[in-house]
Amino acid sequence: MSAAADPVAPATPLLGVRDLNVYFGESHILQGVSFGVRRGGITGLLGRNGVGKTTTLRGILGLVPRTGSVTFDGEETVRLGTHEIVRRGVAYVPEDRDVFAGLTVDENLRLAERAGAPLRYDLVYELFPELKTRAAQKAGTLSGGQQQMVALARALLNGDNRILLVDEPTKGLAPLVVRHVVDALRRAAEIATILLVEQNLSVAHSLVRDVVVLDQGRVSFTGDVEQLMGDPALARKHLGLAAAGSH
Amino acid sequence: MTTFALLLITGLGLGALYFLIAAGLSLIWGLMRVLNFAHGAFFTVAAYAGWSATRLVGGASLEVQWLVAVLVAIAVGGVFATLTEVVLIRPLYARHVGQVLVTVGLALATISLVQGGFGSDPKQLQLPAWMTSTTTVLGANIPNTRLLVIVLAALVFGLLLFFLRRTRFGLIVRAGVENRAMVQALGIDVQRAFTLVFAIGGMAAGLAGMLAGTYFGTIDPGRGTTMLLFAFIVVIIGGLGSVTGSALAAVVVGVLQQFLNFYGAAGVGDFSVVLLLAIVLLVRPGGFSGASG
Repeated sequence: MSAAADPVAPATPLLGVRDLNVYFGESHILQGVSFGVRRGGITGLLGRNGVGKTTTLRGILGLVPRTGSVTFDGEETVRLGTHEIVRRGVAYVPEDRDVFAGLTVDENLRLAERAGAPLRYDLVYELFPELKTRAAQKAGTLSGGQQQMVALARALLNGDNRILLVDEPTKGLAPLVVRHVVDALRRAAEIATILLVEQNLSVAHSLVRDVVVLDQGRVSFTGDVEQLMGDPALARKHLGLAAAGSH
Repeated sequence: MTTFALLLITGLGLGALYFLIAAGLSLIWGLMRVLNFAHGAFFTVAAYAGWSATRLVGGASLEVQWLVAVLVAIAVGGVFATLTEVVLIRPLYARHVGQVLVTVGLALATISLVQGGFGSDPKQLQLPAWMTSTTTVLGANIPNTRLLVIVLAALVFGLLLFFLRRTRFGLIVRAGVENRAMVQALGIDVQRAFTLVFAIGGMAAGLAGMLAGTYFGTIDPGRGTTMLLFAFIVVIIGGLGSVTGSALAAVVVGVLQQFLNFYGAAGVGDFSVVLLLAIVLLVRPGGFSGASG
């Protein structure tokens, strides 16, 4: 753990997670996870496979039963339904994209529109011009990279989204598409805060500023990305790397 | 040719009734993963409400009586279904055994109440003269009630497709059938879609209740349960969550049943439907629509 006394360190974090616990049956998946995400930029949620990163995002959104506290902009959200949390400005890009395969690209985007929110179709089509030309195509027939564009576009569409929870956006994508996604995330970080789960550590290193590392359902490290990646011993301890940035 | 046309159109009429029940069942399962065994109760209560309404407007022409009965049946089916969702199903989401017990219990209790209130004997439905006459199609004298049921079911099918493909709620329902959690993660209150789908299903079942009375000439407390059994088969053959699949399956089941009941021994048509279900489950488990779930 970093030197900070309180793991929810930023003075008034945009997102504050405190003592988050999730059980799947008898398994205690998240064991009192606590961290804060400060406004602006990208915070990385890192760790080996199966340590609870995706469950943490789903717990924040209320997609899994959980206990503890999740505050968004100072407001407690743990008793709210998922749709109510999202309407407060939290967008979600799930690990497997979860586009609606039977709907067209255009319908996927229209579904994400929120009444009263300014819509950023200009930005979406600027970042992903392919989505405009494929508007009438069923999302299930798109490539993995194109589906990722749809998933990111849904999160970026509403102008009042203040934080994006992005789960492994480069997973299974070709290097060229990864670069495209990374560029889109950089651009997204200019207009919203991002909490990013990413297994590709070179991608994570290039994007994130703060890092939260999970291990066995607990936070094992919080701090600056350079602090973690720049110290081979720390990187080895928390991420299992032979040498920092080797992935 | 005459017999063929008569059996075909009568089978289409029966299929139309199955479709009206199956469409709601299919959407309710697809979106909410609720096996609604109370759907037959919506059908029965709405039919009796419609029949009762004809008594209240007994002085009006038979056309007006019938129209009032249909409108009352649709309204009662919708209200009953909405109350069922809000009061009984909502507290039991994700508790599938509880849902089955509650809906089966509601169905049994409702049928018993109807029998207690109206008796077990079928009630005759007074129909306008033009409904009791026939129209000649390909040489066969087809009862107009069959044609009416087919036309109205086709109209409901068209309205459902319009709702699903052209409205935002329809978009939410289609998306929810695929991935309910992701719909919520887009900030959409999927609960409202649940209630709406239940209401639409109940209205269609209510219409089916009154149209079945028109088709058979009588209403009785047990018909909803019988129709529900075949409607479940239609839903599975058509593909869970698919209205178009249900429509196609309803036509196949209704026509197959009519032809085999006529040309085979009594009950062969009913048995063949169950056989068809088994074959579809083995060859194409997702049903006609190909949905995996």
